[in-house]
Amino acid sequence: MNLSYLFDAAHWSLTADGSIPQLILSHVWYVVLALIIGTIIALPVGLYIGHTGRGSFLAINAGNAGRSLPTLGLLMLMVTLLGLGLTPVLIALTVLVIPPILTSAYAGMRTLDHRVVDAARGMGMRPWQVLFKVELPMALPVMMSGFRSAALQVVATATVAAAVGLNGLGRLLIDGLAVNDYSRVLAGAIVVAVLAVVLDLILALAQRWIVSPGLR
Amino acid sequence: MITFDDVVKVYPGGSTAVDHLSLELPTGKTTVFVGPSGCGKTTSLRMINRMINPTSGRILIDGQDVAGQDDALLRRKIGYVIQHAGLFPHRTVLDNVATVPMLLGKSRKEARTAALGLLERVGLSAEFASRYPAQLSGGQQQRVGVARALAADPPVMLMDEPFSAVDPVVREGLHREFLRLQKDLGKTIAMVTHDIDEAIKLGDVVVILRQGGKLAQIGTPQELLDHPADEFVAEFVGRDRGLRSLSFDTAAGLPVRPLTADLLLDEAGRPVSWGDGEPTGGTFTVEDSLRLVTDLAITSPVGIAVRVDANGKADGLVPHHDLVDHLAERRAAK
Ligand SMILES: Nc1ncnc2c1ncn2[C@@H]1O[C@H](COP(=O)(O)OP(=O)(O)OP(=O)(O)O)[C@@H](O)[C@H]1O
Ligand SMILES: [Mg+2]
Repeated sequence: MNLSYLFDAAHWSLTADGSIPQLILSHVWYVVLALIIGTIIALPVGLYIGHTGRGSFLAINAGNAGRSLPTLGLLMLMVTLLGLGLTPVLIALTVLVIPPILTSAYAGMRTLDHRVVDAARGMGMRPWQVLFKVELPMALPVMMSGFRSAALQVVATATVAAAVGLNGLGRLLIDGLAVNDYSRVLAGAIVVAVLAVVLDLILALAQRWIVSPGLR
Repeated sequence: MITFDDVVKVYPGGSTAVDHLSLELPTGKTTVFVGPSGCGKTTSLRMINRMINPTSGRILIDGQDVAGQDDALLRRKIGYVIQHAGLFPHRTVLDNVATVPMLLGKSRKEARTAALGLLERVGLSAEFASRYPAQLSGGQQQRVGVARALAADPPVMLMDEPFSAVDPVVREGLHREFLRLQKDLGKTIAMVTHDIDEAIKLGDVVVILRQGGKLAQIGTPQELLDHPADEFVAEFVGRDRGLRSLSFDTAAGLPVRPLTADLLLDEAGRPVSWGDGEPTGGTFTVEDSLRLVTDLAITSPVGIAVRVDANGKADGLVPHHDLVDHLAERRAAK
């Protein structure tokens, strides 16, 4: 094993096609898109189920089903159905992030102290005020932990994009394997790991910022 | 005035929580609902601010049926205090108290300034304002809960076991402050407790409910103690109700005997001790309760309670047999 690929300055050029910074950028792009789409879909559903208690089986089973679904297999299926491109990749990654976000939104709402919610209603908050001023802020720590685990998973898994001809850090792994350049594979693995740590750190800071100190 | 007009609540599943309840909660007074667990106290209380809707019957506040009113607007005019306070953990103490005024459209600044004053009213210094509920003791949280309910100065307050989550010593303090506050504010209060002593101490009117949500008796604490309507009420108000009823009569009508040489006085005429060195063990004035006089007579080593005037000057003696005679007459007069 050697780190020559990683530490070769030529691979860190900002302009060269396929350089590490460019791959990071495309990788992060897939991650962010998948998280945004996944959140838009899973958050309202999770909040609704958690709030009303209706369809709890969906929230629980989505968590289990999602964990056992092979992203690579799903991706290949999507490519067969839709052809190459960004869309099948985003679908596969979004399916990956939905379960943790949905389950944690559900759990966050389910585990709320009902006495506090009761007090909020009793003081004359309207249902949407109860949701935005009380329930969401209180559920935030649990919801954030689900979002962080979704982010970590999708950072690692977004490498599959390279398997269907897209960019992202998966390029280093797949191209490296194809030409037996293990130094390149190692560089890919390390950069993905560092990216995951950095992303989690950023989210941890965001969490400190948006979660009330009263809930720590 | 809050009126229950033949109110019935049957929960889905068929259990009758409140059974044809008709009663009136007088304006400016504290009415306490008390009774065994599951007798429908909380249900009754929560029907007033429509957290629960009655199956039949009406509840009126100053003649207005609550059923016709917008839930949220109605509730903003009714202070609501629950057990464990139910404070918002993500908001500071100050912002918890500022909640309802802000719902009513006050600016944040205005609401916070008013909230600071309220904290002081319930006995919390300004240093608590920026804390979060998790950083308070149970008793302090309960005070914040009361301040929060008072913030919009609602004419009506609902309190569901507001003091039951704290230990007896803290509760004692909260009771004192409750009575002091209520004397100033004169809110129309509906309170729930399962503690008959608390009900008797805090209530101007006490409503005793029995299992199945039926009214057992309504009256002033003294009426309940002196004239329980039936076995259930008598049992519920307790064995020592005779003694407790004495808390509501002052010593004003109690005859005293002149001082004797046995009682040693200082130069201002204040009692020091009995001649043989026995302590007088406390004194009473005409404003104190018969219960205190009884206690003094029982605990005095010579069996005599000493009365003093407003300046602490001894002005009369009550030997315990005089007291017993007086209590017998009082009983006969009722
Ligand atoms: N949501 C509900 N669904 C069905 N039954 C209920 C519901 N809430 C209360 N009950 C029943 O109604 C009755 C009265 O309940 P309530 O909460 O008013 O009692 P309570 O007097 O406040 O009792 P406690 O002193 O234990 O608080 C009880 O028998 C209870 O089991
Ligand atoms: Mg109750």
